[in-house]
Amino acid sequence: MNVLDFDYMLGLVPILLSYLPLTLEMAAAGMALALVLACGLAVIRVLRIPGLNAATMLFISFFRGTPLLVQLFLFYYGLPQLLAFLTQINGITATIMGLTLHFSAYMAESIRAAIVGVDRSQTEAALSIGMTNGQLMRRIVLPQATRVAVPTLMNYFIDMIKATSLAFTLGVTELMGATQKEAAGSFLYFEAFLTVAVVYWIIVELLAWGQRRLETRLNKAYRR
Amino acid sequence: MIEIANLVKRFDGTPVLDGIDLTIERGEIIVVIGPSGTGKSTLLRCLNFLERPDAGKLTLGDLQIDVTRASRADILAARRRTAFVFQNYALFANKTALENIAEGLIVVNRWPKAKAHARAREILERIGLADKADAYPASLSGGQQQRVGIGRAMAAQAEVILFDEPTSSLDPEWVEEVLALMKQLATERQTMLVVTHEMGFAQDVADRVVFMEGGHIVEQGPPSRLFNAPEDPRTRDFLRKVLAGQPKAL
Repeated sequence: MNVLDFDYMLGLVPILLSYLPLTLEMAAAGMALALVLACGLAVIRVLRIPGLNAATMLFISFFRGTPLLVQLFLFYYGLPQLLAFLTQINGITATIMGLTLHFSAYMAESIRAAIVGVDRSQTEAALSIGMTNGQLMRRIVLPQATRVAVPTLMNYFIDMIKATSLAFTLGVTELMGATQKEAAGSFLYFEAFLTVAVVYWIIVELLAWGQRRLETRLNKAYRR
Repeated sequence: MIEIANLVKRFDGTPVLDGIDLTIERGEIIVVIGPSGTGKSTLLRCLNFLERPDAGKLTLGDLQIDVTRASRADILAARRRTAFVFQNYALFANKTALENIAEGLIVVNRWPKAKAHARAREILERIGLADKADAYPASLSGGQQQRVGIGRAMAAQAEVILFDEPTSSLDPEWVEEVLALMKQLATERQTMLVVTHEMGFAQDVADRVVFMEGGHIVEQGPPSRLFNAPEDPRTRDFLRKVLAGQPKAL
């Protein structure tokens, strides 16, 4: 008796890979939207904009304080009962929305920390030569904050790719959903889930490699 | 010409500058000395609004400002007429030596990049760092960083360069090259207002030495007079203390 059915696993790979684009699309859309939202939230926190600052803190507190799965169920199954227009929402959109809100809460805090971490004397130097606040942010603070924030933001992106697997609980057939269906047809659960685990693992390793290259480039100015 | 009239700055109600009057002629080199915490740095920082003064009038070349009514535009205009050299250099860490010097020309003066870089190269030549154009601050020594800091201030073509203890955070081995560059600027009659504890520099280079204590200008005059025949007992007391540790300073 074979321990593992390798032929089945190899045959499964192309089937699973055909669902990879959807997984990556959800992650990429979620990441892009989360970055924009997180930057906005971080700036509100850094400048302590009255009113908005308190709202932002509440937002971050809620989306960091509750499980992503609960948030997804809330958007997909819960909210449409309250707001009729949301019944149109499909599982993919709900997933992207959930990922965006959930991860933007984490990312806002690391972006805020990166901005605050830029040496205050450089801010003074920029002001002293007559730069406006906008020029100061664009030319001096944000480029340096980016370098500090990239490693953590990449970690969130990796986390987000894996979190797209939760979309299968909203009826979306992505990588995880496809695996579940295949396994249910073949009864080879161990082989199926081991295969999908390896697929996720390889994607993440590829990203981590890209992250290291990006960091090397961003650190160019800081090598002694 | 720079004219400071009755400048007042308070921190939490405590006056740090208590009515400062000072006139600086074009090409004049003034060194400000005095005990720590007497408002010397605050005076410099008020002149380009890194601190907002509470009262007084400033004349910076063709610009006249009543500081209590200074608009955002006034503040930017004042900063463009003053250049600042920081104690801890404060170079832009994400920019090369060349870019640090060219940055203000490109962003503030809106020069084309090529022209700004050409000017920055001239300045690097003058500060003796032409070979470090593409070096980032992290790879420069403290002395080199401060020379770039001075180069950045030179590029601004301001009415006056304000030096806030430019050698205080340098290792002793780098102090001389920075002072030498400042002396070179002095011979070119660059208007300078320098806060420093380098009494030898004040003695050799200053046209006028200003002694500050407790937010006031206590006494001022040419270095030969101020160092050799200080009139106020507070000046005498201060000089006695700082010169005690310096071998053959005068």
